[in-house]
Amino acid sequence: MGKIQLQNVTKSFGDTNVIPPLNLEINDGEFAVFVGPSGCGKSTLLRLIAGLEDTTSGHILIDGKDATYMSPSDRGLAMVFQSYALYPHMTVKKNMGFPLKMAGMSPEEIEEKVSAAANTLNLTQYLERKPGQLSGGQRQRVAIGRAIVRQPSAFLFDEPLSNLDAALRVTMRLEISELHQKLKSTMIYVTHDQVEAMTMADKIVVFNSGVIEQVGTPVELYRTPKNLFVAGFIGSPKMNFIQGNEATKRGSSTLGIRPEHIDVSATEGEWEGTVILGEHLGSDTFFYIETEMGAITVRQSGEVAFKSGDKIYLTPLTNMLHHFDEQGTRIP
Amino acid sequence: MARKKSNQYRILITCAAWGVALILSFPIIWTLLTSFKTEIDAIASPPKLFHFNWTIENYFIVQERSDYFHHFWNSVIISIGSTLLALVIALPAAWSMAFIPGRRTKDILMWMLSTKMMPAVGVLIPIYLICKDLGLLDSRLALVVILMLMNLPIVIWMLFTYLKEIPGEILEAARMDGANLKNEILYVLVPMAIPGIASTLLLNVILSWNESFWTLNLTGANSAPLTAFIASYSSPEGLFYAKLSAASIMAIAPILILGWFSQKQLVRGLTFGAVK
Amino acid sequence: MSTLHSRRAAKVMLTPSVLLLFAWMVIPLGMTLYFSTLRYNLLMPGATPFVGLENYYWFFNDPAFGVSVFNTLLLVGGVLTITVIGGILLALLLEQPIFGKGIARILVISPFFVMPTVSALVWKNMFFNPVNGLFAYIAKLFGVPPFDFLTHAPMFSVIVIVAWQWLPFATLIFITSLQSLDSDQIEASEIDGAGKLQQFIYIVIPHLTRAMTVIVLIQTIFLLGIFAELLVTTNGGPGVASTNLTFLVYVRSLLQFDVGAGAAGGIVAVVLANIVAFFLIRIIGKNLEA
Repeated sequence: MGKIQLQNVTKSFGDTNVIPPLNLEINDGEFAVFVGPSGCGKSTLLRLIAGLEDTTSGHILIDGKDATYMSPSDRGLAMVFQSYALYPHMTVKKNMGFPLKMAGMSPEEIEEKVSAAANTLNLTQYLERKPGQLSGGQRQRVAIGRAIVRQPSAFLFDEPLSNLDAALRVTMRLEISELHQKLKSTMIYVTHDQVEAMTMADKIVVFNSGVIEQVGTPVELYRTPKNLFVAGFIGSPKMNFIQGNEATKRGSSTLGIRPEHIDVSATEGEWEGTVILGEHLGSDTFFYIETEMGAITVRQSGEVAFKSGDKIYLTPLTNMLHHFDEQGTRIP
Repeated sequence: MARKKSNQYRILITCAAWGVALILSFPIIWTLLTSFKTEIDAIASPPKLFHFNWTIENYFIVQERSDYFHHFWNSVIISIGSTLLALVIALPAAWSMAFIPGRRTKDILMWMLSTKMMPAVGVLIPIYLICKDLGLLDSRLALVVILMLMNLPIVIWMLFTYLKEIPGEILEAARMDGANLKNEILYVLVPMAIPGIASTLLLNVILSWNESFWTLNLTGANSAPLTAFIASYSSPEGLFYAKLSAASIMAIAPILILGWFSQKQLVRGLTFGAVK
Repeated sequence: MSTLHSRRAAKVMLTPSVLLLFAWMVIPLGMTLYFSTLRYNLLMPGATPFVGLENYYWFFNDPAFGVSVFNTLLLVGGVLTITVIGGILLALLLEQPIFGKGIARILVISPFFVMPTVSALVWKNMFFNPVNGLFAYIAKLFGVPPFDFLTHAPMFSVIVIVAWQWLPFATLIFITSLQSLDSDQIEASEIDGAGKLQQFIYIVIPHLTRAMTVIVLIQTIFLLGIFAELLVTTNGGPGVASTNLTFLVYVRSLLQFDVGAGAAGGIVAVVLANIVAFFLIRIIGKNLEA
């Protein structure tokens, strides 16, 4: 249950091609995250899988069956929308029961399943309320509840946490991950936030203008990004990119080194620079340093005492250097 | 807006505002008062504001003498009939433009609105002659159809704006939840569209009730709605102010009250979205 | 719902409305155009020969025509002036922190919902009437002889009646517009040192110009066709002193049964209205996202 395959799927709106031929496999029970900048086609792809848009060409297989021309409801998938899309005129109970009603279940069965889902999501006390009377987080849960009752082969999440404030986002992130542990269903999750991607995913799919740049586990993407795009997208703060002499003398067109993989010293090091700005969080310290190779960001654990204007020496950890050629592809 | 204006200012401005409001609504208030006077009191000089013998006889006299309720009923049939007819035709059109927009949707909508701007007098003759030839002069049917055509652009426009406000994602959610088109409409779309439909009906009933061109030119004793009926009071026959007032109040009261509740709809319906 | 299916469904759903409105536009208007080229009088059945633009020639040279056009413009201009200026002032007044704002608004709005024939009759008999009207009484209080408004100042009287009816409409729209004015803008200007009058001139008025334009255009469309108030009060008189274009066409068509001349007049009215409509549609179009 819940294996999804995309074979040579393309999508064009009129004359504009948004997704060139794309191939992807998502295994049963996997938590796959589609991540990428705004407008890169990840939401479009999700909607293609859901059946809300038609593919221009290619096939979508769900559990081995060709679902390309199936209507959304026949595909056995459930979707949680960014704006939750709850039915404003129905109570929480009716909202969650709606898909079951559409499936023709008896009222008793509906009652049973809705109660169970409400229980799982701590919504029992809100069953008689209408969406307008709920907070953002509660509405989010109702949306998830509406998806759960259908016991779908896969859950599709379209940037579900974007409308929540920062603290709530962290809580809901954990809840969704826990849900995944519990239900063990396939989940496809779209977000532009790479932190969400890294913390929740079994497998991350990085998109750029409709093209899949890389598919892999969070650690794979972190350690071995295939190209400049992925390297610069995953990891916060962004990886430092260095070109010119320092790069060529090490055999690459562009050199990449993450801020956390640079040692600092007041006295000696490979590169010399001046501290422009420091951010002291207590747990970490970030420095923005001006060097002859450009601006470099450095991250250090704990509190490190450099002030703006101080001279500083940087030494990158050699085994953590990333090498990229002229096309921006990784040199192994 | 953190600062409160001084209470003194508020009282002053309240008096000014209420003063103006009372002056502007005075004709209506005066009519209401006069409707409860005897004819003698109605033309008393100096005019009596509150101190007169209150009576409700005028309301009864008006009904008895001139078959008032027949014309009231005509107004009801014509305004509700034309509005419902317009709704039936307009709803699919508004739906398709709101949910399945094409390249020409905006142009079509603009064109529809422009038809409302055609002056009625420009087609007075042909419509009159057509009705005459079809034996439809002095018929409610003719008026229902014509007023429907007059209001159709506004009904389509208002329904369109209300339908557009329904988030597309909710309809998609219904589709994902397994609703076919019929269920999507029945369980999700219509309940969400009902307030908008009600507002549209409200405004258009008001506009049809007050329509004073076709109702004056195409009706006779049989089908005349209240607009025409009241117009026949224009040649005075002796003392009649009190009765005129009573007839007027009865004619305008329902719409006046409905109008108080339809201010927002009025702006939406008659400014065609050009003012937010 | 495949896209193809939807497009076809959309066409089917639009067809009745489009057909009806198209027919409504084209057929009667076409007939009017046709009649305007005939010498056709209902009182003289028989030949209705084609006379080209002769009806238009007679219509334009009719002394009543010039007067009616003048009166039409006078009516529209007069009512617009009163309603726009009055509307802005009223809207500003009603948006102040007054007590009982809701009821005050209801009182101000009421005239718009009174049917035109009732308004006209109430004003004619209870206010303008030189014997029993309130204005006559007020004149007597001041020792001034009562003035027969409808006979000696017919257009003025009609303008008063129509303006009274449409003032609420303008006020309501200005209120709506005022409510969309960002209070942040006002506060920023206060910090910049602007006094109340300057705020009014530099922030409020520019914001209201859009509403003003819409009110002018929409009201003009309706005011060009004012009919009932004239019929009920002055019957276009005395003579043609208060006849507007719409009334003139009515007289020619339904009272004198001169279909040809009436049709010509109707076409003239249509052309006039189209000029205004052109500008109105442009503004609506700019605002519309479809």
